[in-house]
Amino acid sequence: MKKELDMLARKALQGQLGRRDFMARAAALGLTASAASSLLGQPASAQPVKGGTLRMGLGGGESTNSLDPAAALSQVPFHTSRTFGETLVDVNPDGSFDFRLAESVEPSADATTWAFRIRKGVEFHNGQTLTPDDVLQTMRRHSDENTQSGALGVMRGIADMRLDGDMFIVECTTPNADLPYLMSSYQLVIQPGGGFENPAAGIGTGAYKVTAEEPGVRYMFERFGNYWDDSRGHFDAVEMLVINDSTARNAALQSGQVHIVNLVEPQVARLLDRAPGLSVKSVAGRGHYVFIMHCNTAPFDNKDLRLALKYAINREEMVERILSGYGTVGNDIPINAAYPLFDASIPQRTYDPEKAAEHYKKSGHDGSPIVLQVADAAFPGAVDAAQLFQQSAAAAGIPLEIKREPDDGYWSEVWNKQPFCASYWGGRPVQDQMYSTAYLSKADWNDTRYFDETFDKLLLEARGELDDTKRKALYSEMANMVRDDGGLICPMFNDFVEGVRDEVQGWEQNGIWEVMNGSAPSRCWFA
Amino acid sequence: MNRIILRILAQRIALSLLLLLLVSVLIFAGTQILPGDVAASILGQSATPEALANLREELGLNAPAWQRYFDWLGGLLQGDLGRSLTNGRDIGEAIGQRLSNTLFLATTAAVIAVPLAIFLGLVSVLYRDRWPDKLISALSLAAVSVPEFLIGYILMFWVGVQLGWAPSVAILNDTMTFWERLHAITLPVAVLTMVVLAHMMRMTRAAILNVMQSPYIETAELKGLGTFAVIWRHALPNAISPVVNVVMLNLAYLVVGVVVVEVVFVYPGMGQFLVDHVSKRDVPVVQACGLIFASVYILLNMVADIVSILANPRLRHPK
Repeated sequence: MKKELDMLARKALQGQLGRRDFMARAAALGLTASAASSLLGQPASAQPVKGGTLRMGLGGGESTNSLDPAAALSQVPFHTSRTFGETLVDVNPDGSFDFRLAESVEPSADATTWAFRIRKGVEFHNGQTLTPDDVLQTMRRHSDENTQSGALGVMRGIADMRLDGDMFIVECTTPNADLPYLMSSYQLVIQPGGGFENPAAGIGTGAYKVTAEEPGVRYMFERFGNYWDDSRGHFDAVEMLVINDSTARNAALQSGQVHIVNLVEPQVARLLDRAPGLSVKSVAGRGHYVFIMHCNTAPFDNKDLRLALKYAINREEMVERILSGYGTVGNDIPINAAYPLFDASIPQRTYDPEKAAEHYKKSGHDGSPIVLQVADAAFPGAVDAAQLFQQSAAAAGIPLEIKREPDDGYWSEVWNKQPFCASYWGGRPVQDQMYSTAYLSKADWNDTRYFDETFDKLLLEARGELDDTKRKALYSEMANMVRDDGGLICPMFNDFVEGVRDEVQGWEQNGIWEVMNGSAPSRCWFA
Repeated sequence: MNRIILRILAQRIALSLLLLLLVSVLIFAGTQILPGDVAASILGQSATPEALANLREELGLNAPAWQRYFDWLGGLLQGDLGRSLTNGRDIGEAIGQRLSNTLFLATTAAVIAVPLAIFLGLVSVLYRDRWPDKLISALSLAAVSVPEFLIGYILMFWVGVQLGWAPSVAILNDTMTFWERLHAITLPVAVLTMVVLAHMMRMTRAAILNVMQSPYIETAELKGLGTFAVIWRHALPNAISPVVNVVMLNLAYLVVGVVVVEVVFVYPGMGQFLVDHVSKRDVPVVQACGLIFASVYILLNMVADIVSILANPRLRHPK
């Protein structure tokens, strides 16, 4: 019964279960009202306790990884970067700023120039003191045209960077109200001397320093004694084990070998949650599973055909069957409520075979099967999702033909090359970045070949707008354009699903990226 | 040792070396025709065209294939395996650790599996067609018929999670003592033992039964030796050649064929290492791994042949 109560209390706290429902169901289990109510309160050990070794079992790491934050693409390098290093700012789950190596930030009136005040008294793991010059050099390394940094796209809108005493000043090419958000990109970890000398040294200012590095196997960290922020870094040590096999990961969590696992498959999440001593946490993220059409290639250059396909997909069914309920329906825009300034009033598009048939007829398509190219490399369950799509479209009289592609080379041969395929987007910190990366006419990854001058103009206008109300209206207009005219069919946003053992305290719902946006080692503690 | 044997051995070794050279050509050619672009595979979906061009230049992917082959071969002969394309580490160093882990797992499994298989084979012969023989055959064949990942998951669930006797994840590290290491690999060793046992046991049984038909066995029996002594002293030495062959094949499997077991138990061995680098198109590492696997295979087969040659009385005592 304890287990059941815990689960109910957890659901109530996560908002999946109303307080009243919780009390009723707890009473059904034989609990008095006061006892049930106390379960909802914060646990007694809300005060962080120091000590212990946190072990994490993480999927998404390879023997080919390095500690260079510029090269961090998959999950494990993300977590190592976030554990040994820090960025200028972090973003809280509610969209507000958490100032890390910058103490504050001030924009100029037109949002073109931004001044970051660099924190004093911060020490790198090699004993050096953080200087504004380290910040400047780091940003230079990531914005150099010869870099392989994943943050290059973020840095491209920057015209100039300079120092002024304790201030690090960034000049943008065009007004950009989102600049501080961009500085939270996890590649932009501040390294001594910018990391030019030894980018993969693993030296940062984070709460833990690296003590052992075996790519694809394990990473060891120990608490950094001179860390500047006392409210973080409660464990004596952190060990990250790379466990790419999901069954092995879950078994390690169940047997207590690790305390936290990432990438719990939705299909087994409910089963795993029933195991004793642990719970499964899920939080809506920004990643979305999509089907993309090239708006400039026949037959997808016809707006009616695009609308027909958008009406012919059953979003609820996909969330239920492909994500086992661990996700939310999409609305044919790459943005959801996890983003700041999201307009929730845009009507939700639903499966409507009649409307689909109507648009299909209006498009004048010759009735030949429409080829959809998929591989499970696009997203887990992509082939199954395509089959569901095929069936729901067939009900509207639209013939889809599924062409299975090899996983190998899917991103280089199919995605962004073929006119209609399955894909995945991981989401970005802010709307502007998501749209600039994939919907701006001249974007490299304009994978729907969406060319619309009005849209481009709105995007630039919204970027420079410091008034949030006006900005929200602009984003709403853009969302409606992409939703009705674009080549994106977005059936679902996937949740981040993770398994956490009960002794881990201080867990927070954070949908920016997985495992509390990589901050679990520095913010959690053991009961 | 006589001349004929020496000559046969020299031929056999020379043949192995030639084979190894051919394999190196095959491995190189094979990695060249892998589809997809190395740079694109390394950077994944989020590769920008600039980053791709920069990386391609840096990797020297523009030189002709034959030139890269001879550069590679030359480096190999000097013991230089090159650097990994993806993380810039020295391949020899990285592989060294992984290879010693794989050999540790394989040796432990072999130390348990080989004597056990031969012993069970002998017991089967001793109780031929009676219940111990049938039981041993049934159990070992059942174990070999179930896919190894399934055995792995079953052991992981019962022994690792439910009973908590052994860790379900077999990750080793430098600070572990020898006994801690042995404890960590309990489950993978158990799986590997079950997988290779049946093959060797059945072969031992069949080979000895074959010899048991010979007239000299009858003589041995007639002079009053016990059944086990007959098998141990007269049948086994003459059945050694096929048994050694099968044992060597299985040892080779323990080194090169354990990818699945390594992945399931997250064991930091060669298999997992190879898989990671194939998916990232890290060609120098794939080539090095391929060559090491091929060497192990060729070496063990060579040992098997040499043992057969030495065990063959017609060669040992020429007329």
